[in-house]
Amino acid sequence: MSELKPRKDLLDIESLDLSEIEYVLSNAVPFKQLFQRSVKKVPTLRGKTVLNLFYEPSTRTSSSFEVAAHRLSADVTNFTVSSSSVVKGESLLDTIETLQAMRSDYIVIRHKAAGVPGIVAQHTKASVVNAGDGFHAHPTQALLDAMTVREVFPEHQGRRVVIVGDILHSRVARSTSTLFHKLGIEVAYFGPGTLVPAERHGFLRRLMSWEEVFDWKPDVIYLLRVQLERQEGAFFPSIAEYHKMYGLNSLRLNKLRQLNSWLMHPGPVNRGVEITDEAMRYERSLISTQVENGIAVRMAVLHWLKPENGVDS
Amino acid sequence: MWTAQHEQLFPLKNPQDIVVKEIFGPQEIEDGIEELAQSIIANFPDEDVVFVGLRTRGVTLAKRVAATLQKNRHTDYPVGTLDISLYRDDFGHRGREFPSLETSELPFEIDGKRVVLFDEVIYTGRTIRAALEGLIDYGRPARIELAVLVDRGLREIPIQPDYFVLRLDTTALEYVKVRFREDDVQEDSVVLESSKSELEA
Repeated sequence: MSELKPRKDLLDIESLDLSEIEYVLSNAVPFKQLFQRSVKKVPTLRGKTVLNLFYEPSTRTSSSFEVAAHRLSADVTNFTVSSSSVVKGESLLDTIETLQAMRSDYIVIRHKAAGVPGIVAQHTKASVVNAGDGFHAHPTQALLDAMTVREVFPEHQGRRVVIVGDILHSRVARSTSTLFHKLGIEVAYFGPGTLVPAERHGFLRRLMSWEEVFDWKPDVIYLLRVQLERQEGAFFPSIAEYHKMYGLNSLRLNKLRQLNSWLMHPGPVNRGVEITDEAMRYERSLISTQVENGIAVRMAVLHWLKPENGVDS
Repeated sequence: MWTAQHEQLFPLKNPQDIVVKEIFGPQEIEDGIEELAQSIIANFPDEDVVFVGLRTRGVTLAKRVAATLQKNRHTDYPVGTLDISLYRDDFGHRGREFPSLETSELPFEIDGKRVVLFDEVIYTGRTIRAALEGLIDYGRPARIELAVLVDRGLREIPIQPDYFVLRLDTTALEYVKVRFREDDVQEDSVVLESSKSELEA
């Protein structure tokens, strides 16, 4: 029995303390083990409702939460922008009021504006899980990444992870690097100068070339997706140019192989941009493990959070 | 040590008020395990049997019974473990509790097998209800039986053990503790904790 303070919402990584992180990550292990059974479901959240509220397109994250909720026996309602009143002009607070009236126990929310999950959390008794808000945070992605690294490195302290790509627009880079740092994993990043924030956490080491990346001997190379939909300004000359400079091609893959480094990517991948077909087949790729761990971690998060509209509140 | 869990299970807040009475010592526990082993194998001798212990002390009990049978009859009885936290019926009522989940390990098929579940104490029966639900998610055993060291009565649901060593009449204010050297770093024992003020009243 762990001694933790009850927490209603999961909005970011920064506000979590180590005992909470440890609690979620260690509980995710037995949840993952359930996937080996023919019956993958447990009755823990029977009768509870999870509302998936996605204002931004997402297949992976929303279906991962949906599978996680189903495996806990919760009922799931999917509320997507194109089919909701949002397109009819309903304000966020009106939507929240409607949702509150539905008496959901958990609300999973993704929004293009940073801070929206926090606002929703303040106005509802349900537990709110941030499934990505703008450039701000994506805490369950960070937790599944940490679980994945800890599986290959049970002694994860002092291991090195280099994040490659669009750091500036990436909430994944922000949440994941913060969590890795909290866990004592060393984090460096490498990407186009225009996509690397000038001011970012002091603990991050910046590497300037693939040579520097390989010299640093990373245990894991974490490729970010080039967010084509966010490229409003011209951050790099062309996709081909990006691939040439920063993509994981055969030559760089061989180098990784020599270093025995593992490969991670939050998905979905842009083949031929940040990664080649060949690199997708790399024997030390953890990309599908990340997907599987995502479900386990999200189950652990739903199991951990305490909505205020519980029986005893 | 006075823990939060202790406080919940044993609603008497004052450690000075507790009277501890030892019911079983190491020898009686050893004899009891021998007795359990004998009665388990006396039944259904033709069926393929596996043992499943409930974490934590049910697992120890199952392993002890299996070791006794290995010593006496040179037969191996596989022991699996089951964590029932996710099957409890009080999830929404736990308030500030945060259960640490453990992995369940059933390294064998249970379809068509005779499964003997082990727990150290049976009390309300709710843990066993949860265990039955959890076990059935792993397959369809031919038969499920329940073996415990202590039956302390006060059932809240109609579940009874098939095998037990000791039956104690208790009240809800008392606490039956089974200690195993593997889990508790002290001698094997069964103790009954009661409230002094309650006894005097």
